[in-house]
Amino acid sequence: MDSLLGISSTMLYSAFILYLIATFFFGATIKESKKQDNKNVSGKIGITITIIGFLAQIVYFITRWIASGHAPVSNLFEFMTFFGMGLVFAFIIIYFIYKLNILGLFALPIAIIVIAYASMFPTEIAPLVPSLQSHWLYIHVTTVSLGEAILSISFVAGLIYLIRQIDQTVRSKRTTWLEIVLLSLFIFIGFSVISTAFNLSGYSAEFEYSFNGQTTTTDYHLPPIAGPNEGELLTGDRMEPLFDAPGWMRGVDAARKFNTLIWSVLTGIVLYGLTRLILRKRVGAAIQPFLKKAKPDMLDEISSRSVAIGFPVFTLGGLIFASIWAQVAWDRFWGWDPKEVWALVTWFFYAAFLHLRLSRGWHGERSAWLAVGGFAIIMFNLIAVNLILAGLHSYA
Amino acid sequence: MDKIKCECGHVNPEGTVLCEACGKPVEKNQHIDGNDKRKLLNMRYDGSARRSQTYNKSIIDKTWNFFSSVKVGVWLIVLALIASGLGTIFPQEQYIPAEAASRDPSIYYEAQYGILGQIYYQLGFHNLYSSWWYLLLIALIGISLVICSIDRFVPLYKALKRQRPRRHTQFLKRQRLFSETDHVTDDEKAKLISALKRKRYKVYEENGHILAEKGRFSRWGPYVNHIGLILVLIAALLRMTPFMYMDEYVWVREGEQTVIPGTDGEYHIKNEKFILETYDEDDKRFEEAIAQEGMVEKNFQTNAVIYKETGEKIAGAEPELKKVKEEKIKMNHPLKFDGYTIYQSGYQQNEFNSMTFKIHKKNDPDEASLGSFKINLSNPKDTYKLNNGFSVTVSQYYPDYEMEEGEPRSKTNYPRNPAFVFSVNPPGNEESEMSFVGIGKNVDATGENDYKLGIENFEMRYASGLSVKRDYTIPLFIIGAAIFMIGVIQGMYWQHRRIWLHPENEGMMVAGHTNKNWFGLTKDIEHIIEDTNVKMVKDQQEIE
Ligand code: HEM
Repeated sequence: MDSLLGISSTMLYSAFILYLIATFFFGATIKESKKQDNKNVSGKIGITITIIGFLAQIVYFITRWIASGHAPVSNLFEFMTFFGMGLVFAFIIIYFIYKLNILGLFALPIAIIVIAYASMFPTEIAPLVPSLQSHWLYIHVTTVSLGEAILSISFVAGLIYLIRQIDQTVRSKRTTWLEIVLLSLFIFIGFSVISTAFNLSGYSAEFEYSFNGQTTTTDYHLPPIAGPNEGELLTGDRMEPLFDAPGWMRGVDAARKFNTLIWSVLTGIVLYGLTRLILRKRVGAAIQPFLKKAKPDMLDEISSRSVAIGFPVFTLGGLIFASIWAQVAWDRFWGWDPKEVWALVTWFFYAAFLHLRLSRGWHGERSAWLAVGGFAIIMFNLIAVNLILAGLHSYA
Repeated sequence: MDKIKCECGHVNPEGTVLCEACGKPVEKNQHIDGNDKRKLLNMRYDGSARRSQTYNKSIIDKTWNFFSSVKVGVWLIVLALIASGLGTIFPQEQYIPAEAASRDPSIYYEAQYGILGQIYYQLGFHNLYSSWWYLLLIALIGISLVICSIDRFVPLYKALKRQRPRRHTQFLKRQRLFSETDHVTDDEKAKLISALKRKRYKVYEENGHILAEKGRFSRWGPYVNHIGLILVLIAALLRMTPFMYMDEYVWVREGEQTVIPGTDGEYHIKNEKFILETYDEDDKRFEEAIAQEGMVEKNFQTNAVIYKETGEKIAGAEPELKKVKEEKIKMNHPLKFDGYTIYQSGYQQNEFNSMTFKIHKKNDPDEASLGSFKINLSNPKDTYKLNNGFSVTVSQYYPDYEMEEGEPRSKTNYPRNPAFVFSVNPPGNEESEMSFVGIGKNVDATGENDYKLGIENFEMRYASGLSVKRDYTIPLFIIGAAIFMIGVIQGMYWQHRRIWLHPENEGMMVAGHTNKNWFGLTKDIEHIIEDTNVKMVKDQQEIE
């Protein structure tokens, strides 16, 4: 049993490293001359390594399934990891349709960030409560994250489009927004960096606080900038919180999650700031020259095609299979639970996207901004709804 | 109606932008699709005459035009999106946690979230999804959907049916993909046609003019999916009627039998046994997680029997019952019978099933038992005779004991906190003694008793929470969802591609149109002109 879990985590780790290596090969395609371009050697190596990495991750998935006895999509770690895998899968499909190397240079790092982010959550195998013991759960979760992954490729293409197309000679609202989008990617990296750093140092500080009239404790693994509301520090020799989290923050560990968020944002900003210092220009402006080879038409096409492919998959998984499961488990197929509502919001958003594109001619840059917005909603649903808005699905 | 006759001879309905047959722009109507300002033709609906773009006089026209505008439709969707999101800021009323100090919404929101919570409550956002304005918004989307679809489907259908292979050159030149080749041999032309056929295009010919077409059915995708959506909305509407949708909840104690609510007393359910299982702490796989999170439920189930009343109902008489079904109800495994569905929803373990008391001498420090007796708390006897000659009479029984204004009473009829006043009659003719016994209470009223009663043992019982549903709308939801999926897949995974070959003197014009996936169409054309001198089409709408 233990050895199986061992294999499983090794495989996940290998996949992670392979994606990283593949990214460099896709990066190398930028520098290739026209003649080399036709052979596309780096691109072929890149996609081969990506596929090997993907297979490794499949092995991770299967071995973990065998070890735990249920499909590993039942907590935030497993779910986010699966989403990362979906991203790679969607990228592979789109790559074989359009053969666009630059897509790998952006899609794989995003998958890497997602997997790194996932690994910061508790990874032990948890038993399933009765409502989760249903095949429909697996079918629902896997389809919905595949759908979301395909929709995310539209964000990847849209982001490349924006970096390539937005005029970087002067500062404008658009350059600022683009920097904000890039900054948010840094914040994800910031979360992984800071969590790893303090995990390695073994930091821990315990607090006691009252929750719904009961006294509870919570264990901080990052130094408390924001402590629990009216909490008391139990571990000696640790810094006192700079301030208390506001009282309306609900959920068992709301304050700790809030503290983690502050740390991630701060670290992200520092990383971003350092990058800017080194580059001496906007991050978007620094990347732009490398994207000259990508045809904007093609990027626009990929972005809209991914929505066209992903929307039906998302509808099936996020609304239809979700309803079937909810019907079997809770006797109501729709209950306005926050997670359900946000699936509906995502669906409305992409429906609006399609209508704007089709009937009102929102192509190119507008469509790319919409793709960014869609991804923001997906991430909100994956992360914020679980962590902030408590609901039936609330895993972590 | 002012029909428009085109130079090709076809008679078009009023409001036509591009002749249905040959595609020649109808001069006076170019502003409708914005063709007057652009090089390329707007091909969205093949330039067909839409009602919404043609009439705008009466109030009916204006309403029609309002709802058939995609701009309005998108606004409605965006509003619904924002409203839905708002409803998740704080929990909806039904999700107020059970352990909250007060579940009264007028108190809860303010107590928990302060001023923002109060505003939230006062705006009615705690019941947002059943508010009149949210339902109105959804209804408007439905209306918009229907009108929008009719407005476009009918003319588009006609235009595609009446299109002819021979197109006007103005039409071809203003397509997004276009090329013109000066010399094309008959041989090459034959090659093109066979290549088109190999690519599974349907090829139509008219005097040497070719129309190759593929996937027209995908154009109906949006209309099919909108029909599916409408069915779902109708199902949701029907679900608000009690006949179509019934929703009840019932608690059944272990061993108890009750009438199933919502069935007009026709059905009864018996809870034979309730089972609760938790995960084994020693299970290696879950050790760590259980150590962190505590006990985790694995399963809870009710072994239930369903009975149906048979024969005539006679007031006062016990009904005759016939067994209908015997099944284990678990989460994710509901029980179904005669259109009803029973779900395992929850359980409670706060009632006692039985208690065992023992008698001992009051001054015996070891409290050695002189005899014991067991009371079935749902049905206590008047007197319990013990083997050794003692007998105990139950003088008072409070199943759910509490003190109110100095008087003992029972809060409910359920044995949640049982208490007794016993009269103990020792063997022989000793005088009987009164004592009061409950959980954590043992009072000797006179202070002169020789014997004392103690709780030796007890059994708890489970009450199983079952929800009872009858929902006739489900099939309609399923049909609607299925049609929706068919429609989106039809519209998204196929495309309507058309390629026109237009002989012109010695040469040939090639034009192409698709409703999406231009990349795919370009590939098709590339493939088709292989091995010929025909020029590759140029994309006349490149973003730079
Ligand atoms: C949430 C509700 C809606 C959903 C999920 C939905 C879904 C869709 C989908 C998937 C398409 C195909 C898009 C494509 O092929 O790219 C479509 C097309 C369309 N929808 Fe909707 N729709 C909704 C509401 C509406 C409303 C309210 C209107 C009315 C204004 C509308 C009007 C249209 C029109 C005109 C088309 C294009 C048809 C065509 O050009 O062939 N839809 N819809």
